[in-house]
Amino acid sequence: MSQPSVSKSMTIGESGLAAVFAVTAFLCVIAAAKAVDAPFAFHASLGAVASLAAVFAIINRYLNRPAALPPQEINGQPNYNLGPIKFASFMAMFWGIAGFTVGLLIASQLAWPWLNFDLPWTNFGRMRPLHTSAVIFAFGGNVLLATSLYVVQKTCRARLAGELAPWFVVLGYNFFIVIAGTGYLLGVTQGKEYAEPEWYSDLWLTIVWVMYLLVFLVTVIKRKEPHIYVANWFFFAFIVTIAVLHLGNNPTLPVSFFGSKSYIVWGGVQDAMVQWWYGHNAVGFFLTAGFLAIMYYFVPKRAERPVYSYRLSIVHFWALIFLYIWAGPHHLHYTALPDWTQTLGMTFSIMLWMPSWGGMINGLMTLSGAWDKLRTDPVLRMLVVSVAFYGMSTFEGPMMSIKVVNSLSHYTDWTIGHVHSGALGWVGFVSFGALYCLVPWAWNRKGLYSLKLVNWHFWIATLGIVLYISAMWVSGILQGLMWRAYTSLGFLEYSFIETVEAMHPFYIIRAAGGALFLIGALIMAYNLWMTVRVGEAEVQAPVALQPAE
Amino acid sequence: MTDHSEIDSVSGTSTTGHEWDGLKELNTPLPRWWVITFYLTIIWSIGYWVVYPAWPLLASNTVGIWNYSSRADVGVELANLEKIRGDKMAALATAPLANIEKDPALLALARAKGKVVFGDNCAPCHGTGATGSKGYPNLNDDDWLWGGTLDQIMETVQYGARSGHAKAHEGQMLAFGKDGVLKAEEIATVANHVRSLAGLPTRQGYDAKAGAKIFADNCVACHGEQGKGNQELGAPNLTDKIWLYGSDEASLIDTITNGRSGVMPAWEGRLDPATIKAMAVYVHSLGGGK
Repeated sequence: MSQPSVSKSMTIGESGLAAVFAVTAFLCVIAAAKAVDAPFAFHASLGAVASLAAVFAIINRYLNRPAALPPQEINGQPNYNLGPIKFASFMAMFWGIAGFTVGLLIASQLAWPWLNFDLPWTNFGRMRPLHTSAVIFAFGGNVLLATSLYVVQKTCRARLAGELAPWFVVLGYNFFIVIAGTGYLLGVTQGKEYAEPEWYSDLWLTIVWVMYLLVFLVTVIKRKEPHIYVANWFFFAFIVTIAVLHLGNNPTLPVSFFGSKSYIVWGGVQDAMVQWWYGHNAVGFFLTAGFLAIMYYFVPKRAERPVYSYRLSIVHFWALIFLYIWAGPHHLHYTALPDWTQTLGMTFSIMLWMPSWGGMINGLMTLSGAWDKLRTDPVLRMLVVSVAFYGMSTFEGPMMSIKVVNSLSHYTDWTIGHVHSGALGWVGFVSFGALYCLVPWAWNRKGLYSLKLVNWHFWIATLGIVLYISAMWVSGILQGLMWRAYTSLGFLEYSFIETVEAMHPFYIIRAAGGALFLIGALIMAYNLWMTVRVGEAEVQAPVALQPAE
Repeated sequence: MTDHSEIDSVSGTSTTGHEWDGLKELNTPLPRWWVITFYLTIIWSIGYWVVYPAWPLLASNTVGIWNYSSRADVGVELANLEKIRGDKMAALATAPLANIEKDPALLALARAKGKVVFGDNCAPCHGTGATGSKGYPNLNDDDWLWGGTLDQIMETVQYGARSGHAKAHEGQMLAFGKDGVLKAEEIATVANHVRSLAGLPTRQGYDAKAGAKIFADNCVACHGEQGKGNQELGAPNLTDKIWLYGSDEASLIDTITNGRSGVMPAWEGRLDPATIKAMAVYVHSLGGGK
């Protein structure tokens, strides 16, 4: 098919973005020169290098591309933009393994403290946010980017909006991860859980996130389908709410515009409340809404069955996003937070139980008529088990938000176990399942390199999760009971250090569970790598069957 | 718009007629148990709001019909504990130290209190079993740097050693090598002499006479002629095979070369007098108390 010949010129996007990055590079050089602390100078230098690389890449891309921009459709089929999706999928796997490895390290540090190595940058205090950010934002975030940009195209039958914009989003987001991660290692943190990156990283993420919102939104707007698929509602709720949470929790005043330290504008218990409004809804909208969107596309797709209930999907979507946003105060039970706020946090968490389970019902019941596939398809099994873990965690969560339960569970390992049944079981498995589907589709392969390896991954990782969460349940409840035990004389039965010693065997079991989970992910990485490298290309059926025009 | 809905052959339910990338949706109604449970949680929550403090008003909040306050709850719990232990702790505070161990009730109280306080304050250095580690004395044996009577233990706990407190135990092992008092060769010789005092094997061919001479010239002022130590100065007994920093030649050379001055913090002011008493009694009762 011959393209109409167009004289080649830079688009406004290309020239504009190149100019913006050139200016950014200049500003970064100035910031690096005037930096008041070494980590800031390092980050400003990284910014300068990355901006120059961006200018170079944009110009190089322009010089190598044909005069006409990629068409929206080829032969009546949408010309899907898969490059950024492949990149985000690769980064998801990379950061996943990095994050699980650091997780195994900190789990082992708790069992064997000498593993801190007496160095500041390998200390638990810096490794822990490195682990949480790597698994949630780097691994989870790239999975969300890859799947959302894929799903929105397929279910809207439209090419992704923008040509450079999707690349700006995936590359910019991963640059944010690098700044955040290296910052933790160098001791740069605002000390807010799950929001540790400092002011300049926050600003950069804001820009990237707004671009992400625009790419997603404009793709939905130019859709060729009359309706918007349920997965896209969830992705949209995730993107919008994360923007709101990020802005609400991060207003800080930098000590110097050439330094890394800043102070949050919120004070005291208000700061705590805003922090947990953010923290809980990062769980609610990043780790729940976003991954439910993945579930709503990949489970029915893989099972080849219709979604169980359209009505349920609507009701539980609106109930979920309305109720979740109130539940944050349950992280601050029995603190300086006023009783009325604690009550609201707890009751809204209870009311959240059924809306959460709506997603589980829709995920599991979609399999009715296809249950036999679980025997033969380990990818589908992974997806289904993830939904089961989702159901378990979203029952456990409301239960732990009840004040009397919380008085036992709070500050103990039970919380860690709860988080990981959600994180490993739900977020991890649904991500693995989605990537196992997405990689062959995005790279145009007939199937995975080995389903047998998926099966091994499934069982090893499942065993790891079971070891992890059961160890933390026992350890957490034991810990809670030991903390509150009094002697008949009215003194505490145990000193704190005795409770720490009692945790030791469970910390070893937990580390073993984490090691199994990591081994599973390594098997997966090998499998995906081989799928891309040696997998047989899928023949494009519709094109092949079309008669010559 | 044409209706594309169809009947799903497996469930017998109709689809909504929408389709995206091959994905369809069934028109299944909401599961009844789901709706009922959802309503129950809402009703329960409303009930909870009536009973407990729940909604913010302009300048205050609804307090609930039970007049609940978590702060008041803590007060009640603390008062209950005070009821159980208050009088006895007061008795412990006023009782002379020497009398505590004679009164079984007071002794039991002091040991129970002392055990927890020890775990939270002393265990980081001395270990949960008070067995110590390198640089931190074992408190179970009868070898005491600053004396093992109840009064002496009490004094050490109160004021510490080299803690900066005006009444703290002072005195330190000098750095004979670093300060240029002894040469490396002399230090090795006297280290072997010290090992001989404890009945430990010595390096072949070391000059026993020279070792004894160096010891007499430099060490006896604190450790005594026989090397039996001096609790006034915190100078350890070198003959008893209990070593704070190790007894091998290299450790001894390190000790003599660089000196030692470990710190025990003063607990006076950090813990109340009754608690310090309880801790002293607890440590005294561990087995090595004199």
